[in-house]
Amino acid sequence: MTATILDDGRRRLVADRVLLTLWVAGAAAVLLLPFASMAPNRLVSGQPVMLWAALLPWQAWTAAGLAALLLLSALATPLPRALAHGLTLAAAWGLALLVLYGIGTYAGRAVTPDMPAARVSLGSAFWVVLFCAALAMLDAFQRLKAGMLPQVLYAVATVGAVAGLFALDLFDDLSILREYANREDAFAGEFLTHLALVGAALGPALLLGLPLGLLARRRAKLRGGLFGLLNFFQTIPSIALFALLVAPLSALGDAVPVLKAVGIKGIGAAPAVIALVMYSLLPIVRNTYAGFAGVPAAAVEAARGMGMTTRQVLWRVEVPLALPVILSGLRIVTVQAIGLTVVAALIGAGGLGTFIFQGLGQYAIDLVLLGAIPTIFLAVTADFFLQILVALSKPEGAR
Amino acid sequence: MTQAAAFAPLRRGGGRGVLLVVLTAVLVGLVLFMEELEPLFRAWFPDLDNPLYRRETFLRLTLDHIVLVLVSSAISVSVGVAAGLFVTRRAGREFEPMVSAISAIGQTFPPAAVLAIVVPLAGFGFVPTIVALTLYGLLPVVQNTIAGLGTVPPATLEAARGTGMSPRQILLRVELPLAMRVIIAGVRVSVIINIGTATIGSTVGAQSLGTPIIAGLVGDNIAYVIQGAAVVGLLAIVTDMAFERLERRFTFG
Repeated sequence: MTATILDDGRRRLVADRVLLTLWVAGAAAVLLLPFASMAPNRLVSGQPVMLWAALLPWQAWTAAGLAALLLLSALATPLPRALAHGLTLAAAWGLALLVLYGIGTYAGRAVTPDMPAARVSLGSAFWVVLFCAALAMLDAFQRLKAGMLPQVLYAVATVGAVAGLFALDLFDDLSILREYANREDAFAGEFLTHLALVGAALGPALLLGLPLGLLARRRAKLRGGLFGLLNFFQTIPSIALFALLVAPLSALGDAVPVLKAVGIKGIGAAPAVIALVMYSLLPIVRNTYAGFAGVPAAAVEAARGMGMTTRQVLWRVEVPLALPVILSGLRIVTVQAIGLTVVAALIGAGGLGTFIFQGLGQYAIDLVLLGAIPTIFLAVTADFFLQILVALSKPEGAR
Repeated sequence: MTQAAAFAPLRRGGGRGVLLVVLTAVLVGLVLFMEELEPLFRAWFPDLDNPLYRRETFLRLTLDHIVLVLVSSAISVSVGVAAGLFVTRRAGREFEPMVSAISAIGQTFPPAAVLAIVVPLAGFGFVPTIVALTLYGLLPVVQNTIAGLGTVPPATLEAARGTGMSPRQILLRVELPLAMRVIIAGVRVSVIINIGTATIGSTVGAQSLGTPIIAGLVGDNIAYVIQGAAVVGLLAIVTDMAFERLERRFTFG
């Protein structure tokens, strides 16, 4: 490995050092870290299981073969670069699915009729290999300078294949899915609560933030104070703001019983939504302001020259031109609100954070993951779709 | 630039400077003399038997909180700036798209979820909190180091090379000073997020200013909640304002 990286100018042995680095990291994880952990029941802590012990022989050999192909595509010879990147995309895809399939079948073999309570959890090598495979895919796409369409198709193929493995009940014996099966109804409820809290916060935040952003653009004097105040909110740690709202709202609920009847009380959704709105305002106002500030003066001038009214200029010229920046603000706050809602579980607002904090309280790691993994998935998915929306909102020439 | 224009930013910052001093004084006062406020909390919450958090002093909690943030931020900043420098040099340029992509995607992960995911790998307590804070804090630093170094105009670099500066001199005397404001902005984001996440760290067993908040939420004691939240909120705001001043010092032109 030492002699592989030569100076530029001389013939290089390694063409893709990023891929090589990922390969080395993945290989080191497989050799040093447990791939899964296996416990006879929930009370005993798990024993580490290495990859070669967990996989069936044909799976282990296929994994080794795919790893060899990935190493080959990192080398400068013999493959031409485009072919090598294609090979990376194929081999990394195969490896990721094989690892998923392997851990599912291992769990199926470990949970036998005489050991029905056996628990198989995902080990750190499992995560590292998946992570490195995903980054290898990303690296190949970056180097191919691939457009949006092939990447979306590839992503769809990957998600479809993983969904197929789920549909085959392959993962049902993994402990995280056992946790899920135990609280299937609660999970659906908390997932919807999570989405509802995010939605309930984004609505008012947009209704308040968009006019405020426009106002900041039109009235320069207001700008400093407004941004200062909103930054003030943004800076306060989430749990502190959530918690600080508990006191006044419980006092308000006690003082005005009608409010309490409609859900305005100290603990619950009301303080969570108010805090989420406060956090969401800064990015929305700032991006709305920046979007309008970025509209070329010449475009506004030309529109006025054509005889458009102020209202027409706003809706037909300024808003369309400012839209991509405003939508990037929406992207920031959506991702942020999905994350902050986790913390809202601590003040009894519900959402996926409920599982995380329950799990932390009971030292039930799988329960923690049952809350954490869907939250991350939700944030990344929202980010992905809003990114597409931002790209689509850009005027034809600027895409 | 005329004399008056040169001083304009200072004057504009003057009012905020006073605010910073006042808020810092309030913060220090709360941390040191929270006990003196017991009569106030007793009058405010007459139903509570114990309206003052006493399991630890607020000085201890604040110091623990600051240690969590300082240790993780020190690692994040040194590793993050080094990584940003590496991928903007010739030897590491190949890694730049990958590192940028990781720091952009990583920041969409909710900090609380990252903290929770580190627990199975590192156990409960101080260590997972430090690991989570460090990992999460890295991302804005890396991103802003790359962005900051990218703002240095090629003509400036050309001129520096033309005067016979070595790559090392160019880095230390031209690139880093010009990129410093953006890098500090990244450190600011990183530290503020870490102050917030360290608060949640109390749910995985790391003692911090979140400890009285969680104790208050669990035990239905709003006074504890207010005490913890007020101190940690002020700590975050004072830190943010201090960074704002530091950033302004590195604004050129």
